[in-house]
Amino acid sequence: MRVGVVTFPGSLDDRDAQRAVRLAGGEPVALWHGDHDLQGVEAIILPGGFSYGDYLRAGAIASLSPIMTEVVDAANAGMPVLGICNGFQMLAEARLIPGAHTRNAHQQFIRRDQVLRVENASTDWTSGFSEGQEITIPLKNADGRFIADAETIARIEGEGQVAFRYVGVNPNGSMDDIAGVSNARGNVVGLMPHPEHATEAGFGPDMPDAMSSGVDGLTFFTSVIERALAK
Amino acid sequence: MPTIVVEVMPKAELLDPQGKAVAGALVRLGKNAFTDVRIGKRFELTVEGEVTEAVLADVRQLADDVFSNSVIEDVVSITVLDAAPVA
Repeated sequence: MRVGVVTFPGSLDDRDAQRAVRLAGGEPVALWHGDHDLQGVEAIILPGGFSYGDYLRAGAIASLSPIMTEVVDAANAGMPVLGICNGFQMLAEARLIPGAHTRNAHQQFIRRDQVLRVENASTDWTSGFSEGQEITIPLKNADGRFIADAETIARIEGEGQVAFRYVGVNPNGSMDDIAGVSNARGNVVGLMPHPEHATEAGFGPDMPDAMSSGVDGLTFFTSVIERALAK
Repeated sequence: MPTIVVEVMPKAELLDPQGKAVAGALVRLGKNAFTDVRIGKRFELTVEGEVTEAVLADVRQLADDVFSNSVIEDVVSITVLDAAPVA
């Protein structure tokens, strides 16, 4: 499966996302923000970083990039799209998912190995998990506080669009401890923590049994590949 | 040349962590007269020539679609400065 990873000015984790796709058995394809070409990919990842220095609002200027026209069309046609951290912010700014992000409630940039609960294991990017499963992947952000109006929160809670919730600590003050959400169809998923940094033993988060051994993030990428193969 | 000023504020009901941090600093400076600080954004758009109704319509659209995110912010004002008649 060919999985595109879009590089924007200020993307940091595009190479890690490509590597995660490769480790999951897919073929990563580097896409460029300034193009209008998805190069025939079957899924798209919007990676983490600080596109345009987080100017205006985090992810806002990147969400207006040339390639986002094609990304939005593909997402609306059902192509799997994963937004990680800054990519999650872009998905919100592009209105592909509900809500928005503001600065962390306590103003600090955070980096920690974060426990999440999988709330919806039926999206294109979470089907390899089981509902209620707890996973550990790294979190690192400044503008990670997910918010939406009360009506939107009630709707996404009711319709299973909350994909992940923070467990133990809410690191940024997000509403309802929400760490990740999906669109109604379940093909577009965004989350603040970084699954691509937990895909290879020795380079992942610390786990109870061994340091740096966490590979819970790999399931995001194997999920989308296995679902495509099953079609 | 005329300038169009667009002002955007975080929604009143939302926590504004930046404003809160500044409010904390004011208290530490002994400035206790202020009960709250909120920080917004001001965009200054310089226009070549006249500010026509079409230009203003564009600015209103951009204020809603680009300069602000309606989930977290409100456009509080759009004003034209230095609107001297064009020679």
